[in-house]
Formats: sequence, C-alpha cells, structure tokens
Amino acid sequence: MERKEIIKIDKVTFSYGKEEFLKDITLSIYEDDFLGIIGPNGGGKTTLLKMILGLLEPQRGKVSVFGISPKKARHEIGYLSQFKNIDFDFPVTAHEIVLLSRVGDKLIKRYSKADKESVKKSMKELGIWDLRDKKLNELSGGEKQRVFVARALANEPQVLILDEPMSNLDIHIQEEFYRILKDLNKKIAIVIVDHDLEMVSKYAKEIVCVNKCNTHALRYHDADSLKMKEMCHD
Amino acid sequence: MIEALGFQFFQNALIVAILASIAAGVIGTYIVVKRMSLISGSIAHTAFGGLGIGYFLNVNPLIGGVLFSLLSAVSIALLRKNAKNRLDTLLSFLWATGMAIGLVFIFLTPGYTTDLFTYLFGNILLVSSFDLYMILFLDIVILAMVYLMYNSFLAVTFDEEYSETRNMPVTLVNIILFALIALTIVATIRVVGIVLMIAILTIPAATAQIFHKTVKKIMITSSLITLFASISGLIISYYLNFATGPIIVLIISAVYLCGIFLSRLSVS
Repeated sequence: MERKEIIKIDKVTFSYGKEEFLKDITLSIYEDDFLGIIGPNGGGKTTLLKMILGLLEPQRGKVSVFGISPKKARHEIGYLSQFKNIDFDFPVTAHEIVLLSRVGDKLIKRYSKADKESVKKSMKELGIWDLRDKKLNELSGGEKQRVFVARALANEPQVLILDEPMSNLDIHIQEEFYRILKDLNKKIAIVIVDHDLEMVSKYAKEIVCVNKCNTHALRYHDADSLKMKEMCHD
Repeated sequence: MIEALGFQFFQNALIVAILASIAAGVIGTYIVVKRMSLISGSIAHTAFGGLGIGYFLNVNPLIGGVLFSLLSAVSIALLRKNAKNRLDTLLSFLWATGMAIGLVFIFLTPGYTTDLFTYLFGNILLVSSFDLYMILFLDIVILAMVYLMYNSFLAVTFDEEYSETRNMPVTLVNIILFALIALTIVATIRVVGIVLMIAILTIPAATAQIFHKTVKKIMITSSLITLFASISGLIISYYLNFATGPIIVLIISAVYLCGIFLSRLSVS
C-alpha cells in the first residue's frame, strides 16, 4: 500500500531580515511517519515547524498540509510548543488546559457534552484524568507534558507536532514519553524536534537534520543506520 | 453611618464603589495573570488626555476618558506584536503624551483646578448621577463580555501561540480584552484616580492569586477584596473628610500584606 503524503515542503526558503534561515528545503512527511528533527541550536528547526503550522510564511517555495494551505489544515494538526513559551504559574488546572483545545476558533464558547467526553477520553488515555483538578504548577515535569499532549490530542488530529518537549526532563520520563508517542504513532503521524539524538533515534523511524548552513537538500536518514554511524554529533 | 446613607451623594458613592470593585476585580485578574500592569498603566494615563479635553469642552470628562482609553487600548493590541521589544517605548509614549494632553487642557480651562486632583487621585464622594449611570453601563458591558468570552479569553491569555494554531482570531480577542481594560479604568477613575489606578487593578487580584488556582475563583475573591476596601475606605474617608483614593489603596495594600503573611504561615 502506498503511503499517503500529508505534509509537503517544497523548495522553501525563509529569512529573518537579511539572514537566510532556511534555504531550499524540500521534505515530505507521510501519514505513518515518526520523524525526528535534529540540528544545531538556531538551525531552523522551530522555524520549519512554525511554517507547517502556518505561524510563519516562507519567502519562497510552498508548504502544503493535506493538500491545502497550512492555515486551513490546522484542525488536522496537534501542536506542542516549546515549554519556555508557557507560563507555568498561570492559574489554570490540568482539566481546563485540555478543555481549551475545544475552544478552537470560537470567540464565544460553551463546552458541550461531546467536548467534555473527548477531553475526558484523551486525559484518561494519557493517565492524567485523576490529576485534572491540579494546578499547572503543582504537576511534575512529566505530568505537565502529558497534559499538553492531551490538549493536542483532544481535537483528534492526524499528525502531532512537538517542539523540544523533552527539555529539562530526566531520562526515565523521556523514555516513558517516547513510548507514549510510539503508541500514538500507530494511529497518527508524529513529528518531533529533539536535541537528544540518541533518544530520538531510538524511537523515531526516520531522522532529518536541519541546519541553515547546509540545507540545499535535507538529508533524510534511516534512524537505525544513523544510530550505528553516530553521525551528526557536533 | 445611618445618617450618611440618607444623603444622595453618599448613596451614589456607595453604588459606584460596588460597581467599580466588581469590574476592577474581574478585569484586574486578567491583568495580573497575563502580567499586563504596564499596559494598563499606559491605558489609564492616556485616558487622562480624554478627561482633560472633556473638561475643557465642558462635556462629562468620563466620556473623553472612554474615547482616549479605548483608542490607546486598541492601538496597543494592534501594535504589540510588531513592537516586540519596543513595546515599552510605545507604552511610555502613550503614558506621558496622554498625561501631557490632559494637563494642557485642564490648565487651559478657566476656573479652579481642584477637579484635577479628583481625577488624579480619586474621590468617590464627588460622583454625579450621570457618572453613576455611565459606570453602571460600563459594568454591564464588561461583565457580559467576560461571561460570554471567558473561555476564549482564557485560551488567549494562557497560550497565545497555541490559540493561533487553532485559528482563534488572537488579535481580535486581545483588542476586546484591552478595550475591557480601558472601560474598567474609566469605571474606576472616580474611585481611586489615574495615579493610584494600578493598585486597584492589580493588588487585589495578586492577593487572590495566592489562595486560588483558577481564574474564575481569583476574579471572585479579588472583587470581594476590592469591595471590602472601597466600602470601608469610603466610610473612613467620609468621617475623616479625606479623599477616598489613597485610603482605599492603603486598605488594599494592607490586605495584600496580610495575604502574603498568611501564605507564609501556612507553608512553614
């Protein structure tokens, strides 16, 4: 059976001001992918994700998601931003955070029974339903992460995009989290940016190395062979 | 106390105190959780420009205040993203320019300028019936909008980027939220004045945040704290024959210090 292409990045160039950040990137992501994106800090990994989400527009080239523009396809994507963008002292409970996924684009939103059911389901799947009344800063690092995954999943997306969700977590929690992702990958595509090559190559099916300096063509490795050769360690 | 309640001006003051406290407690919660006190300070001081012009033209100054504060709220919401690290420059510009415009027009107005002080530092005992109806109207608008948009406000104040990936019109939500801050500021000018405004908008919510873990609960407690401070402040001011603003702010600050003390006590 042919794999369905869900995200297509076609000869994309992105620059902040005069500096070219990404140049001529071409990459396809498929429905059953578990794709790890690695590369040096400031190499354009987050920029690439933001273009897939339609948060940034490329200057040249084209990004299409499910055959349409990223902005229109947003409802098919679950997104976990970098934790540094989150204010952990914000007075909000785990349950509220996951419920927020159901607000969508509506200015006036009352949660329906279906909303609550779907939230309950995704929180139960991730084993955090019992933590629902805890405030965000009362949760451990691993619990926080699962809350944000539950938020991303409550919309039943076809692809989950994660931007360095592992920073500051100990190795056991990372492993456990990757196992959750692996499980999810049976149903949906996973795209994850992670600076820990060893960890990501253990679970991801394929690895892409993004570096603004040598991005004429993205190198697309087989995760296992990459692990054996131990490339890309800088 | 009973005899004071017989006076129309005291009744007006009491009602305005209640209305302003509820608005300030609710909207102040957003200001605190999203760390927008500088933005709010800027909107408040810009409002003074409108007050001055209203005063000069001999229309109710609060109407000028509404126009100016709304204008600055909408411009901040629109320019905020592009301004990025220049945001503080924009806020300082609006802050000082608004104040200067207000002062110029008040000085241009013939007559005595005692009113200047009531707008700067607040005196709830001087509210007119027109003020009261206007503040009532502002309160209804503010509470209705927060009731309707509670979830979209929560989504955007908590995580703007994520909301954008859900196609939420983030800029529009911010414009509405900042406009509500502007209206709240106008509703509380009579109580504490422009200069002390930031206290009533932030300290009660910060106090409530010590004890609660959801926005809704913080709103309620913060409104109650403000209500307590403004009513007791009003009574004290009445008997001491003193402007209400500073007394109310001192009570709010005392409650905050007690809150911190209590939370330390419960930790240790």
